[in-house]
This record gives sequence, C-alpha cells and structure tokens, in this order.
Amino acid sequence: MAAGVDRDSVEVNSKFFTSSYKKYAPHALWLAPLAFLGLFYFYPMGSILEISFSRIEGSQAAPFIQALASERVRRVLGFTFFQASLSTALTLLVGLPGAYLLARYDFRGKSLLRALTGIAFVLPTLVVAAAFNAMLGPRGWVNVGLMELFDLSQPPIQFINTFSAILIAHVFYNTTIVLRMVGDYWSHIDPRMGQAAQVLGANRLQTLLRVILPLLMPVIITAALLVFIFNFTSFGVILVLGGPRFATLEVEIFYQTVSLFNLPLAATLSILQLACTLILTILYTRLSAKLTRPLSLRPRKYTQRKLTSWRSKLLAALLVIMLLGMLTAPLIALAARSFTRLDPEPGQHAFFASGLTLDFYKELTTNRRGSLFYVSPLTAIAVSTGYAAATVFLALALGLPAAWALARNSNSKFNRFIDPIIMLPLGTSAVTLGLGFIVAFNRPPLDLRASILLIPLAHTLVALPFVVRSLTPSLRSIRPRLRQAAQVMGASPMQVFRHIDLPMVGRALLVAATFAFTISLGEFGATALIARPEYPTIPIMIYRFISQPGALNYGQALALSTILMAATAAGMLAIERFRIADVGEF
Amino acid sequence: MNGLQIVNIHRSFGEISALAGITFDVVLGEIVAVLGPSGCGKSTLLAVIAGLEVPDRGEMLWDGKTLTEIPTYRRGFGLMFQDFALFPHKNVFQNVAFGLQMVKMTEPEIKKRVGETLQLVGLPGFEKRDVNTLSGGEGQRVALARSLAPYPRLLMLDEPLGSLDRNLRERLVLDLKSILQMSDQTALYVTHDQEEAFAIADRVVVMNAGQVEQFDIPERIYRQPASIFVARFLGLTNLIQGNVRQHGDTRIVDTAIGEWPFDGDYTGEVTVLIRPDTVHLNADSQCQLSGIMSELSFRGATCRIIINVNGVPFTFELPSNMDLPREGENIQLCFDPEEAIQLFPKSN
Repeated sequence: MAAGVDRDSVEVNSKFFTSSYKKYAPHALWLAPLAFLGLFYFYPMGSILEISFSRIEGSQAAPFIQALASERVRRVLGFTFFQASLSTALTLLVGLPGAYLLARYDFRGKSLLRALTGIAFVLPTLVVAAAFNAMLGPRGWVNVGLMELFDLSQPPIQFINTFSAILIAHVFYNTTIVLRMVGDYWSHIDPRMGQAAQVLGANRLQTLLRVILPLLMPVIITAALLVFIFNFTSFGVILVLGGPRFATLEVEIFYQTVSLFNLPLAATLSILQLACTLILTILYTRLSAKLTRPLSLRPRKYTQRKLTSWRSKLLAALLVIMLLGMLTAPLIALAARSFTRLDPEPGQHAFFASGLTLDFYKELTTNRRGSLFYVSPLTAIAVSTGYAAATVFLALALGLPAAWALARNSNSKFNRFIDPIIMLPLGTSAVTLGLGFIVAFNRPPLDLRASILLIPLAHTLVALPFVVRSLTPSLRSIRPRLRQAAQVMGASPMQVFRHIDLPMVGRALLVAATFAFTISLGEFGATALIARPEYPTIPIMIYRFISQPGALNYGQALALSTILMAATAAGMLAIERFRIADVGEF
Repeated sequence: MNGLQIVNIHRSFGEISALAGITFDVVLGEIVAVLGPSGCGKSTLLAVIAGLEVPDRGEMLWDGKTLTEIPTYRRGFGLMFQDFALFPHKNVFQNVAFGLQMVKMTEPEIKKRVGETLQLVGLPGFEKRDVNTLSGGEGQRVALARSLAPYPRLLMLDEPLGSLDRNLRERLVLDLKSILQMSDQTALYVTHDQEEAFAIADRVVVMNAGQVEQFDIPERIYRQPASIFVARFLGLTNLIQGNVRQHGDTRIVDTAIGEWPFDGDYTGEVTVLIRPDTVHLNADSQCQLSGIMSELSFRGATCRIIINVNGVPFTFELPSNMDLPREGENIQLCFDPEEAIQLFPKSN
C-alpha cells in the first residue's frame, strides 16, 4: 500500500463544520483594502486617462493622438525597449553561470554569497547610483586613483552620463533575480535527467542543449521577463547615471511633469508606460503560475554535489570572485568613499589633507550657507522615518485583512479574482503613480496637495503587494492542525492564541512591517514627483546633493546613501532572521 | 470499566455519514489499532475522541464517566498527527515542552522530562534543533516525544508512519511498539496498513464505511475474518461462490472447482473462502484441488503460487523447501477443509 494514502483527515473534515457565516465573513475583510485601492490607485489612474484623452482648447486632437505622432515620443519609446532588452540580455549572461554554480554545487561561503547578492537587489536605486558614482564617477576611487597615479588633471574614465553606466547598474541589481529564480529551480531538477541523457549517448553539450536548457527554459524566460520589467520601469539609475541625454518613458514623464509642467503629455506617456507594463506583468504572472507545477522536483540534498576536481574548484572560485566583486565592490566603494577625503575642497586647492574623515557626516548637520530656505539632511532623515512609520501603519492595517482573507481560502473564485488586483500597483511604474497623485489630488473633490499623508499613501500603494505577499503564506502556515495539536496537549483557547497564533502572526507582521519600512525609506520615483521641497525624503536629498557640483555635496550624498544602505541591509537581515521557514518547502 | 468506551457513535457531514454507529473499547495499558481503507472514517473517529469534532449521537466514556461535555484541552489525551503538526516557530525542546507547560510543570521538571522523552524516542541531545531542519523520521520521533511527554491518559496516533517510506516504516513500527510498551501507554493507533496494525496492536478494530466490521485480537481477525470485506482487506482473495447441501449427516459445500464437507449451519448460496496458507502439495489422487501452475514467486521462506482451476485463479503460499511443478504444469493441492475453508453469506 502506498504511503499516506489515507487523507480523510481531521483537517479536511472540519471544513464541513464551517457554518455559512464563515463563508461570507471573509468578503468583509476586503472592504478597507479595496476602498483604498479604489481611491488611491484607480481614481488617479482614471484621472491620467481623462487628461490624456480629453481635448485641450485650441488644439487639433487629444494629447494622446498628438503624442503618438511625435518623433520624440517614438524615440523615447524605442530607447526604453532597447536599453531594457540589452540590460536583460547582459544580466542573463552574467547570471546564468552563477545560477548553475549555486544550483548544482555545495561549497563553503555559499550562503554568504546568497545573502550578499540579496542586498544588491533590495538597495534603493539612488543608493546604487551613488555607489557606482563612488566607484567610477569623476570623484570616485578609480578616477581619483588614476589621476594620482599618472598625474592627470582630468578624470580619465568617463562613466557618469554614459549608456554603459545604465547597463552596468541594471546588471548589478538584477543579476540576483536570475541567480535566485533560475538557481532555485535548477537546484530542484533531478540530476538524473542529465545522467539519463548521457547514458543514452548525449555528450555534455548535447545534454545541456537538448535536456537541461529545455527544462530550464520556462524559468529563464520568466526571470528574463521580470528583469525586463524592472529595466523598463527603471528610473533613479537612468536619471542619475544616464544624465539628460538618455530619456526612457519613465524619465521623460518626470521631466515633462517637473521641469516642463506639460501634464497632458506626461499623462499620455504614462498611459503608454501603463499599457506596456500591464502587458508585461500579465505575461509574467501567467508564466510564473505555470512554473509552480514543474515536473518532478527533487529535494535539494539529492541534487547538489561538492566541488571535487581541481579544475572545477578553480572555475567555481573564479566565478564566485567575479560575482562577489561585481555585486559588492560598488557598495564597499560607497561606504569607504563616504569616510575618505580624496580631493581638495574649494579654497584648499592642491594642498589638503587626504585620509579618513567624518567630515561628510558632520557636514550633514551644518547649514554652511546660512540660507533661510536651507533644509537640513537631518530633516530628511526625520521626514523619511516619519513617512516610513506611517507607511508601515497603513500598509499593515490594509494588508492584514487582505492577507487574512487570502490565507483562509485562496481558492475561492472571489479571492482568485481579487488577488491580481491587489498586485496591480506592483506592475505600475512609480513615476506613473506619482503623476496620478498629482493630477488626481491637486483639485477638488480630494485636494491633498498640502496633506502630509500624500507620500505615505503613495508608499503604501507600493508596499501593499509586498505586505500581502509576505503575510499570506505565514498566516496560511498556521494550519488548523497546529491549533488542534496545542488543544489536545491541554492548551485552552486563550493559551492557543497566546502560544500559537500570536507568535506566528507576530513574526509575520514584523517581517511585513520591515518590508514596508524599507520600501518607504528607499522609494524615489513617486516621491520625486510629489515631495514638497521643504520636506524632502532621504533619496530626494541624495538626488539633490549628487546633482550639485562640489566635493562637499558629493560627500554628503555618499554619506546619506551609506546611511540608507545600512538601514536597508539591516531591514533585510531582520526579515531573513524572523521569517518562519516555509513548512511545506522540501 | 477502566479505560475508554465508545458506544454507538454517529457523525455525519451533510450527506456523508462518516461514523455510523461505532462501538469498541480500549482497556488501560492496551494498544488498539483502528484499521481500514482510506475514507472509512478513521480520522474522524480520532477527532471525535479528541474532542475536535462533536458526535451527532452516541456516548464516550473514560473510566465510566462521560467525555462528551469535556473540551479537548481538558481530556488529557495525546494525539499524534500524520503530518506531525510540529510548531514551526518553536525548536525541538519547546515543541516537546509545550504540553508540560500547559499542565504547569516546573522548569526543572520540564527540562528533565523533555530530556527523558527525547532519550526514549532515540533523539537525545536534539533539544536545540530547529524543527524545520528535521528529516521525516526525526520529525516523526519528535512528534511522538511531544505527545508522550505529558503522560496522556490515552495516546492517539493518526497514521503516524503514513508519510514515511516503506523501509523506514517497517523499522519504526517495532520501535514505536517497544516505546509504547516501555511507558505502559494506553494507545489508539490508526492505520490503513494491516501489517502495521497486526504488528503493534493487542486488539484491532476493522472499519469500513463508518462501521465496525470486526473487533478482535489480530490472530482471530486473520483466522476468522468476520466478513467478506475483512477477508478481502486482509488480502484473502480466494473467494468463490458455492452452495451448501445436506448429504446424509453432513453438510457439503459445492463449488465450481470441487465439493468439500463442511461443519456449520449455513444453507443455500454462500461465498467460500479458501485460506492461502493452509494447503500442502500432494501427488496423491486424494487431493481437494487440482489446477495448472500459472505463476510462481519466491519470497524467501515461502513461495507464492497462483494456480488456475477451471479458469479461475487462486493464490496460495507454500513452504519454499519443496520441489514445485513448473509454470504450465499440473499441480495437486490438499487441505483440511475444517481448517482451510470458511463460509460467508453470499455476496454480490
């Protein structure tokens, strides 16, 4: 008799026990989250549509039609696709060998490598931009070093404001997606598939091309699509590292809104952006849903080997060093540069003390110009923290009921319909969200221009999908079985709540809260459009410093970036630490 | 009476009647196995006894006193789930200690008892381990330790070996039995595997479609299955239709493959069971059954043979130290009808 045939379990039976009130109560849990999305997602998106399709006095056609005919818009659209495709291809090129190594081999330092690559992915884009600036920018380590070495008067390497800068930064923070997604999937593919092919007479290359790659193709395409979406909607990196010459849809929306106040054109570009990301996201969701039912997945311990031969060890070492170097060098450069003085300040000329310094951090607290309109970076830190706290509160208040409803019955038709709607803001670019807020809440009936809540509301929109996605599996893992087990062992209903539900929900909430907090701290795209000058967030402050000349501004940008990087890394470590290991996972 | 008494328990879920009048008892210190196919209501029965489900009618007694009104957490029973249901947010020590904390044991006592129980299940020193990193066999042992630790009056085990692979199961079932006996534990053991049930239990309840088919010691269940269902479930498949007629002083059961004297009070149409392990090889003409060897499989001490008698296959087990005819050859088997034959009322 097969093991575990008997499934007429207590758990299944108790489903019959649920009365009809329990059947309908979960729908009530959706009230607040749906009202929120209606007001702060669908209403702004509707306003964007309205602006771009309604005709303006004295013009021939609606801005939408005009925009499509414009040469510039077509160029922007073309460049957006071009840079996203190229970045994606490069990311796959760098990521796939690493994915193979992580999937098939067990070696020392592997978990460290995984953790470090994770940090690269979650860093705010402005921190990534600042990090590359610290490494390869005109005041960065490489250029200053070369200038010193060869006694040059100009930085020899032109990195900032080049196309390569955009590509390299994209590869930097998206490689992790390929490593994780493809690597995880690969690690569960039975190595006997390859062995079977070899026994049947296929050589290693044939095995790779005919057996392994076709097996991996779905996950490679899915990962590539996700990377493409990120590159397509990339904003901070292109704005800061690419400079004014390179405009993607996202950056163009920003310029049209902030610099040119051409809201109708910005709205039209947003519609284009929205349509593209929506199609890509739907495609991605379809593909990744298919991924969850692959052929026989094997537990990892059967699929991984130790590196044995001398040659494989060397190759693996080279690969690991390359990945580690690529993923950590900019971050180390950033942190180190923020504590080091390398070039003269105005007035010091060639005679200055170079070396370790806390000046850039001290500078954050001083108002050198004595300006009345000066906003201290400390204010930005306080503002960011406040916004992040408000975001945590809002995202949890809305996300908990939604996650609860999803966890109780994820297969009900209603929930399956609603789940993708909750995820919609994730597939909408940040700048589009910001623009939506500008056009929707600058006028009655909901004039929120002056409201301090505007930014936390936007951040909540971005954080909500993450909160729901991280809470739902945790809540689901509190299976009725666990409560029953506690009851049988003598736990009263109160004790069951205290010892089982509370600690498990508590940890899940902590993880979700950390997600919301770090997302809010690092959010740049939407904030860049709606932040008020007197209340900048940390990323806005970094952007201001880094776009101004001068060693002190540069140093302060790096110092703020380092602080933000440390906060984000700490948040991610906390998430890893408090996440309850997935019970059903291999 | 001391121990558990289950009297005429009913429980249905809508149209489905999961338990339709269950009656049996568990004496203190005894291990009773509940054996039945998937969906026969075994797990519902456990849930009802644990208090996780409420019976529609019927009575449950412990030491003669009713259990029906007592909530789960005051029954003092233990339940080991098939999927173990270990608390993922607690380590091994905290899992095993949980039941002890619920009965307000002191810290040093808890520490001692957890250590003792982990020792008993063969996992000494596992206290600090994260339960998410345990192997299947280890998880099973921790779950057992957790349910044993608070000295439950009755320990219920719901397919405790069901999620493990065959080899591990055979080894663990014997371990489990000695652990339960060592701690003199009264236990109710639910399984769909007859070998497991027979190996571990003092008495066995065979269940089918929410009803008790037979409740007896393993030997008698095997020797005298109470119904055709029980016989089939135990793998006794040599069943053939027959007719009982009076022949002088004796009764004779007449079938398509032979007729044999029979002592009993059946008349008319019956189903005849021929036990597979009561026949022996005989070259004499005085045999009861002759057919053609159609399959032979060697199993160590015994051989399983399938012979074809007038087109109907029969399975028998013979000691393997004999010269058996080859496949396709004729074979003659003899048996003592009194020992080998059992009659049931005719089935469809």
